[in-house]
Amino acid sequence: MTDSGTIQTTVQEIITNLKGLPGALLPILHGIQDKLGYIPAECVSDIARELDLSRAEVHGVISFYHYFRDTPPGRKTIHLCRAESCQAMGAQVLEEHIKGRLGIDYHQTTADGAFSLEPVYCLGLCACSPSMQIDEEVYGRVTSESFDAIIKETEASA
Amino acid sequence: MTTLYISCDSAAVALGADRVAAAVVREAGQRGLDIQVRRNGSRGLFWLEPMVEVVTDKGRLAYGPVQVKDVPTLFDAGFIEGGNHPLALGLTEELPYFKKQQRLTFARIGITDPVSLDDYVAHEGYRGLKNALAMSGADIVKHVTDSGLRGRGGAAFPTGIKWNTVLNTPSEQKYILCNADEGDSGTFSDRMVMEGDPYVLIEGMTIAGIAVGATQGYIYLRVEYPHAHRALNEAIARAYKAGYLGDNIQGSGKTFNLEVRLGAGAYICGEETSLMESLEGKRGLVRFKPPLPAVSGLFGKPTIVNNVISLASVPIILDKGGDYYRDFGMGRSRGTLPLQLAGNIKHPGLVEVAFGLTLRELLYDFGGGSATGRPIKAVQVGGPLGAYLPESQFDTPLDYEAFAAIWAVLGHGGIVAFDDTVDMAQMARYSMEFCKIESCGKCTPCRIGSTRGMEVITDIMEGRDLNKNVPLLRDLCNTLLNGSLCALGGMTPYPVLSALNHFPEDFGITGQADAA
Repeated sequence: MTDSGTIQTTVQEIITNLKGLPGALLPILHGIQDKLGYIPAECVSDIARELDLSRAEVHGVISFYHYFRDTPPGRKTIHLCRAESCQAMGAQVLEEHIKGRLGIDYHQTTADGAFSLEPVYCLGLCACSPSMQIDEEVYGRVTSESFDAIIKETEASA
Repeated sequence: MTTLYISCDSAAVALGADRVAAAVVREAGQRGLDIQVRRNGSRGLFWLEPMVEVVTDKGRLAYGPVQVKDVPTLFDAGFIEGGNHPLALGLTEELPYFKKQQRLTFARIGITDPVSLDDYVAHEGYRGLKNALAMSGADIVKHVTDSGLRGRGGAAFPTGIKWNTVLNTPSEQKYILCNADEGDSGTFSDRMVMEGDPYVLIEGMTIAGIAVGATQGYIYLRVEYPHAHRALNEAIARAYKAGYLGDNIQGSGKTFNLEVRLGAGAYICGEETSLMESLEGKRGLVRFKPPLPAVSGLFGKPTIVNNVISLASVPIILDKGGDYYRDFGMGRSRGTLPLQLAGNIKHPGLVEVAFGLTLRELLYDFGGGSATGRPIKAVQVGGPLGAYLPESQFDTPLDYEAFAAIWAVLGHGGIVAFDDTVDMAQMARYSMEFCKIESCGKCTPCRIGSTRGMEVITDIMEGRDLNKNVPLLRDLCNTLLNGSLCALGGMTPYPVLSALNHFPEDFGITGQADAA
C-alpha cells in the first residue's frame, strides 16, 4: 500500500503537470483517481493551495460528482446500470442477484477486497440491456448466470 | 487475402466481439488461411452483433450474431468465400433494417476503420471543411441555417441561429463545446459516432470554429464512455499530425485546437450551463439564462454548445449544401434523426431516417415488437425526462412538434420499450429517484421535491390515502414544472404524470375520482 509520503508526491506531480490547464480541477481529480484508485482526503488541502481555492470548494467538487471516490475501491469495480432501458430488460432482478452473490450493497466493497459495487446511470449499451462495466470491460445482455460466470472468470484471472 | 470486418463498437464488444475477432484470427491461422481482420464501427443492428462481415466482389456479406463457439463451423462452411451457414445474413446493405434508412450523419459508420484518416478522406471526409475554408463565416452559418438543422441533443433549437449569435458577438476568445455527455437512458447515437466515426465530429467542430472565429474546442465526454475516449484521443492526435487541427489548418492560416475533457458521473452536466461550470472546474450547478452561452458562456466568452449529432451533421451540410439536408424531413423537422431503439425490443439498434416515421412503424417495422414477445405496454421516448407513451399514441410521427403537441418529448431520439410486465408506478417513482440522485441542488422543488415525490408515490403504491396523495402528487409536479431552473426538475413531471394519466391502474387508481 502507498504510504502518506508517496501519496503526497504522486498527487503533487499530478497537480504540477495539470494546474496550468483552464478549468484544471476536474482533470487533476481524474489524474489522482486514475493513479490511486480514489482521492485521498489528505490531498484536498494540497489541491486547494495549488489552485488557490478553499478546501471547502475542493471538497464540494469531489463530493458533487458520483464518479469520484474518497475511499479505496476493491481490486475491481462493478458498475451496474440502473437506468430505464436496463430496467426494461430485468436489471432489478439482476441487481438483487448481484447484491446477494457478492454480499454487499451499492457503494460497498466485498470483505476480501475483490469487488466494489457502484450504480451507474447509462453506459450507452442500451441496445444490449441489461449492461454493466467491470473496470474497463463492458458486458451486455447480462443474466444472473452470465454474471456468475464473469465473476468466476475474473476471480480466476486475478 | 480475404478481409473481414468485426466491430469494435463497445456494444459489440459487450456482446463478445473482441473474443470473436481473436477466435477468427486463431482459427484462420490454424487452417493456414490468409485473412485480415479489420475493426470497424457498428452498423447498428445490435441483435446481430457480434457481426462478422466478409468482403467479396459482390459487397460485404454479413454473418451474425457470431459467438466464439460458432467460429469453427463458419470456417467449415467456407464463409470467407461467402459460404452458406445458419448465421448467414446476405449482403449487409441489403438487410431491410439497414436499407430502409437514410444515413446522412451515419454514412461511414460500420464501413470505415474509425481512426483511419485515409478511410475518412476516401469516404468523402473533410470535403465540408475544404468548402468551409474557402467561405466567409457568415456564409458557413447561412448553410447551417438553411439546412434547418436543430439541436439534436434534445432541445431542438435552430443551430444556425445559435452560431449566428456567436459569430456576431465580438470577442478575443470564443469556444466550441461539444456536449458528449449522452446521459439519457436509451441513447447511444453519440457514443456510436465517437467510437465509429470520430473524424466527422472533429470536422464538424473545426467548421464551427472557423465559422464563428473560435480557436478552441472541448469535447465534454461522459466518463462512462472509455472506448469513445480512446477513439477520440487517437483521432485527434492523428488529425493534429496531418494538419487538420492546430495552427494553420490545411495551410489556411486558421487555428483550431481541440481536446477531450471527461465528466465525472453527473447527469446534470448534460445541461449546457452545468456543463460549462464543470469544464471550469466547479460543481455542476445550473446557471440562469440570460446570459445565453452564445454571448457569455465558458469562462464568460461567446460559446457554441452543441450536441455530438448536431456537430456531426455539419460536414455533410457544408459538403452537399444546406438545401440537400433540408430536403429530408417534414414540417419544421428537417433532415434526419438517428433514432435509437432500445429496451425490451426484438431488433434494437440505430435507425437514421428522415423525420416523419411514426413510433409504431419504428417499434414494429424496424423493431419487430418486444424482445420477450409480450405486448409493448409503454414506450419512453426522449430519455428519463420524456413522457411514457401508451399504445394509443404509437401513431404519432417522430417529429419535434408532433411530440410536443401530446406533451411528449422526441429529444435526442432515444426510444425505450417496455412489455406488459412493467409496473408504471415503479417507473414513476424511479423518475423521482433519478431526479433526487442527479439534482444539482440549486432549486428547492427539485432538490427536496424529488425525495417527497418518491415518498408520495410509495404511499400511493401502498394504498395510503389516495384521495389526498394523488392530488398532492399532481400539485408537486406542477411546482416542479413551474419552479425549476432547468429541465431536470422541470421535466421530471413528464414521465411521472404520463404514467399516472395513462396507467392509473398500476397506481391502484380504479375510479375516475381517484385519478383527479
